[in-house]
Amino acid sequence: MLNLNLLIGLAMGLNLVALGSSRLPSIIRATALQGVLLGIMPLLLDNDFGWQVAAVALATAIGKGVVIPGLLQRAMRAAHIEREIEPFIGFVPSLLLGAGGTIAAVAIARTLPLLPEHAKSLLVPGAIASMLTGLILLTGRVKAISQVCGYLIFENGIYLFGLLLIGSTPLLVEAGVLLDLTVGIFVIGIIVDRIQRAFDSLDTRKLTALRE
Amino acid sequence: MRETLLILVPLFGALVAWFWPSDRSRPWLLPIVGITHLVLASWLLVRPPDVAPDAWLGFDAVARSVLPVVSLLFFLCSAYAVTYLRVRSERGNKVFVSVLLAVMGLLSAGHQARHLGVLWIATEAVTLAAVPLLHFNGTPRAFEATWKYLLVGGTGIALSLAGSFVLGYASLHGGGSGDLTFVALTAQGAALTRTWVLIAWVLLLVGYGTKMGLAPMHTWKPDAYGEAPGIVGALLAGGVTTVAFTAILRVRSVVAAAGEGAIADRTLLAIGLFSMLVAAVFLLGTRNFKRMLAYSSVEHMGILAIGASLGPAGVFAALFHVWSNGLTKGALFLSAGNIRRAAGSAEIDDVRGMSVLTPRSSMIFVAGLFAVTASPPFGPFFSELLVLRAALSAQHYVAVAIFLASLLFAFFGLSRVVFAVVDGRPRAGSVAGSLKFVESAGSLAAPAVLLGLSLWLGLFTPDVLRSAWAAAVVQLYPTP
Repeated sequence: MLNLNLLIGLAMGLNLVALGSSRLPSIIRATALQGVLLGIMPLLLDNDFGWQVAAVALATAIGKGVVIPGLLQRAMRAAHIEREIEPFIGFVPSLLLGAGGTIAAVAIARTLPLLPEHAKSLLVPGAIASMLTGLILLTGRVKAISQVCGYLIFENGIYLFGLLLIGSTPLLVEAGVLLDLTVGIFVIGIIVDRIQRAFDSLDTRKLTALRE
Repeated sequence: MRETLLILVPLFGALVAWFWPSDRSRPWLLPIVGITHLVLASWLLVRPPDVAPDAWLGFDAVARSVLPVVSLLFFLCSAYAVTYLRVRSERGNKVFVSVLLAVMGLLSAGHQARHLGVLWIATEAVTLAAVPLLHFNGTPRAFEATWKYLLVGGTGIALSLAGSFVLGYASLHGGGSGDLTFVALTAQGAALTRTWVLIAWVLLLVGYGTKMGLAPMHTWKPDAYGEAPGIVGALLAGGVTTVAFTAILRVRSVVAAAGEGAIADRTLLAIGLFSMLVAAVFLLGTRNFKRMLAYSSVEHMGILAIGASLGPAGVFAALFHVWSNGLTKGALFLSAGNIRRAAGSAEIDDVRGMSVLTPRSSMIFVAGLFAVTASPPFGPFFSELLVLRAALSAQHYVAVAIFLASLLFAFFGLSRVVFAVVDGRPRAGSVAGSLKFVESAGSLAAPAVLLGLSLWLGLFTPDVLRSAWAAAVVQLYPTP
């Protein structure tokens, strides 16, 4: 359990890295590293793991850690954009929000009813903190790539919570879930590519033709 | 077997469409699959199959109460699509036809999902599959609409996954064995951990509510409906939202079994009334007749949520409203599509006098306006009357007042836009443009039939439908 908590702690730290950095490559790297960590986690759970858990782990690590970050980097290079400029929520405020949210997540998780075997785990606080980080990035950034990273971190939070269930729910569902999530980001990646061609910039602030 | 065919036939059709060599003949696959699906769905409606209680997918009472109308809508839209795709022959239709068929297969799966995870996978797959349909037109505005749809819809779908996990944990914490079928969750009932059930309810309501387009999660809707072809709008408004609504109904009955039904109903009522109010306000302001349809859809999703909050009588009315709204919206979207094509714009500042240029589509559009604003004797009048009666008997007088006021303002907003488009003298520019689009039997039959069905549903609601809705209510409100 200690090892697992260490990894979750690292993942929570990566949340703050993603919130605090203005350079897109570092946000993508932080997201990718978090994905790899998430892939290792199922192997460290107490359940005796079979091939299904191993498959989930492998698919997560490759999908979240390699494939999607690779796509994001390609989109970034195609658009010649390296930096997040003038975000809606500045870097320091979002860092403070994220840090405050992480502390709050730990406090909230303590009040929630958990099974005895999950009581000492950081899975629930990690899940809440990552979902919060994801939402801050989704709403506080203007570049499409940072928003996609925010969406990924948001999903990572949900995945962390899902790890609580990996022993009890049929893995069929888990695998299907994973596949769908990956495809989801893949499609978003394609869209980013298309937006770039249509607008010559990955700035979602320019998406304002449709309004009342 | 028949119920599995509902899913497999469209998916197989999608595969065939993908490898079909000719753009000219490919669209005919749509009505062929559509009529097969409709025959199967009608057969299942009349002769429902036995469903094993622990089945993950099955044509149960809830699926039976709404899936046939989605099938009906799909068939009529697919018949319309043949003409539409011929008019739009400058764009390839391989992706469009395949994806449209795949969406129908996934919608059939979503309606029949009796398992929390399967339901989520089907909804997620529909969300993603709809993406190519939305940017069919390929314009920068369509890209923008698609991006917003993905971002908002993606977040909603992620939240509903989080909600599914939390509900799963509520079951695990309460001593469950990890069986996430709705039957098992309902059976666990009061043993589910309350705190987790409430968190799950909030996440699932927001998540599936985004898919339904309830305010304030409706922001993707005007953009998507405004930029997508009329058929896509009709299917999104009548089919995809219905899956999300049945999802909310199924989850609500689990939450009620856990003893938190009162809280679930109160939140549904609040979010429903808020959706109606928001829709009414935006309807008074919008200047685009396709976006107007989106706000009207938000309003009707609000009515569904209100119905769902009012106990068995309300749910019966809401299921009725799924039918009447789906058929009426179909007629409006398809006739609006014709008008948009002839006029070259959907802004009321650019479009007027369409009763001269497209007289028949305009006639359907105006009749559809009266139908959708609950004028008797169309279907929506009777279903909304039932919702109103359920609200009165539950003594929600304030809610009734807000409901009626929103309906009134929505009527002002809708009629303002519709008559601005239809009346007056056509603009000089649009007369030349309208020569490119000629009203034909293919582009008029589907909306006219949909409007006729809406009328028929109001005047002669068939007994088989009444019994299907009643059976769904029994499934959702099991007597202990």
